[in-house]
Amino acid sequence: MSQASASLAVRATGLVKRFGSLTAVDGLDLQLARGTCLALLGPNGAGKTTTIEMLEGLTRPDAGEIEILGRAWATDAQGIRERIGVQLQETRLQEKVTVFETLRLFRSFYERGRDPEDVLEVVELTDKRDARVETLSGGQHQRLSLACALVSDPEVLFLDEPTTGLDPQARRRVWEIVNAFKSAGGTVLLTTHYMEEAERLADDVVIVDAGRIIAEGSPTAVIGSLHAESIVELHPRDGTDGLLTDVALRSLAGVREVRREGAAFTLVVTDTQASVGALLTHLEQVGVELESLQTHSPTLEDVFVALTGKHLRDG
Amino acid sequence: MASPFPRRAELIELTRHRTLSFLRQPEAVFWVFAFPVVLAAVLGFAFQAREPAPSLVGVVGQPGAWTERLEADPLIELTRFETLAEAERRLAGGHIDALVRSVEPAELRLDPARPEAELARLRVLVVVGDVPSEALTVEPVTENGARYIDFLFPGLLGMSLMGTGLWAIGFAVADMRQRKVLKRLLVTPMRRSSFLASFLTSRLMFLAAELALITGFGVWILDVPLRASLLAFATVCTVGAVAFSAVGLLVASRTRTIEGVSGLLNLVMVPMWLGSGVFFSYERFPEAIHPLLRALPLTALNDALRAGMIDGAGLAQVLPELAVLGVWTVVPFAVALRVFRWA
Repeated sequence: MSQASASLAVRATGLVKRFGSLTAVDGLDLQLARGTCLALLGPNGAGKTTTIEMLEGLTRPDAGEIEILGRAWATDAQGIRERIGVQLQETRLQEKVTVFETLRLFRSFYERGRDPEDVLEVVELTDKRDARVETLSGGQHQRLSLACALVSDPEVLFLDEPTTGLDPQARRRVWEIVNAFKSAGGTVLLTTHYMEEAERLADDVVIVDAGRIIAEGSPTAVIGSLHAESIVELHPRDGTDGLLTDVALRSLAGVREVRREGAAFTLVVTDTQASVGALLTHLEQVGVELESLQTHSPTLEDVFVALTGKHLRDG
Repeated sequence: MASPFPRRAELIELTRHRTLSFLRQPEAVFWVFAFPVVLAAVLGFAFQAREPAPSLVGVVGQPGAWTERLEADPLIELTRFETLAEAERRLAGGHIDALVRSVEPAELRLDPARPEAELARLRVLVVVGDVPSEALTVEPVTENGARYIDFLFPGLLGMSLMGTGLWAIGFAVADMRQRKVLKRLLVTPMRRSSFLASFLTSRLMFLAAELALITGFGVWILDVPLRASLLAFATVCTVGAVAFSAVGLLVASRTRTIEGVSGLLNLVMVPMWLGSGVFFSYERFPEAIHPLLRALPLTALNDALRAGMIDGAGLAQVLPELAVLGVWTVVPFAVALRVFRWA
């Protein structure tokens, strides 16, 4: 293995995966340094799961190269499997066995790893040690699934939508576990369609849409690429939205971009004070009354919308 | 270096997982252990040897001298009717097996298609025709081995070994695939051979308990003969159980859902319930299809079990059956390994 690739936990170049006539992943490059966390952010169907499953060795790419910890799947699959921890989307563990029995089973697959009792403590399931899996809540099941990934003491953790379907409190507990793993020097690659998750966990984000990377970098840098000070959303009162046009709004001071969704408008602005002032004046001139007017700091979601015209989460 | 052989720790853990998952499902335990015993008990008591039932014979008209002789016969239960119409109605309804009209000449009415009616005719003729019943002594056969339960029991045991093997493996594999547990295991360094072997080891553990319970019930409670050596008997059962494990693995090798696997398992099992001589001998089917029926794994297992239990055949005498079961082990297992769908 080369010196350069050894310092990388994950290196993927030119990944392509087709399912029939659909190209799920279309020439994707990823690099993940050891000890960092990368989030693949994108809407459903963007190719996130296909990408992470290629990295995990579950799906064979149609083109491209993958190296995990300097090893290739073709030549050292067992070596890779010994060193990674994986949480798949939608695994429902066997119901009739207990939490501890499940963890001990997963531990038995690895030559080296952690004491299952310790891992239970890490994921805060010690009090559920002897409970059957069927009695766990969604959040507890997800933490057990995380424990199964951690019990081998992996160098790289792959998490496919680790908090989808969880309530905010359960989600935060998962984040704490992942952050603790990172603090101990672990490398994490996760997919998510929650921008907050990416912002909370990831050193770098890769925004994917239709199998391609459309933006990448640290969350701050990616958001900065919008060159926006804030996002302004305005909802005109019923029936008056026809008095507004994209062109007129875009010509206002400090407005970079205008997008219309139904009766509502979203403005990407570089100077919040100037643009809001100009906007209010314009609304008065054309006779539009406001239902609501909101401004917020730009997020990864806004970047995604600006780049694709779509939202990360449908609806 | 990856070892090509199952590692002990993971095989033990996988077997424990399988075994616990099974034992903690009361309904599965019932079907494996209790159901065959209940079935054997019900059928055994229903078909147990007992005193021959008397023929039900009706009489209308003036009682003659021979009506008293009929009445005296313990194998004939006589009922007198006032009118012919009423007697005919009882005969048509199957409440009596035969009807005697005491006119000149006497008349015997019956439906010759009913075996009970034929029996009643013979009994009436013995009495009426003055054939001394002492002239023909009847020797009742109560020797174990000739009763229906003696025939049935090995068939039930074979059916149970088939059902457990197919369900325990087919259902568990499909369930794990549907839950995406198989896919999850695939990203671990777990040896696939350990995974498949764990189904066999847990199956063999159940087999010991299953055999002890079902066979014990048959031998001690139903008095079914077990004339082969215990070793030969256990070997035949094990070879059969392993064959059905392989078939179960093949059935479940690609099925995505438990509904799908249930349908397939029934498709495999129902023809063998009927054609492999569980409840009745497959000799009743046309001779042309006997070779086909004998090639079925359950037929081979049932034949070998019957030969051992009833005739005391040793392993050497059931080699053809064991060979059939061997083929049903090797071929399905090899095919299953090739086509097995993990994700």
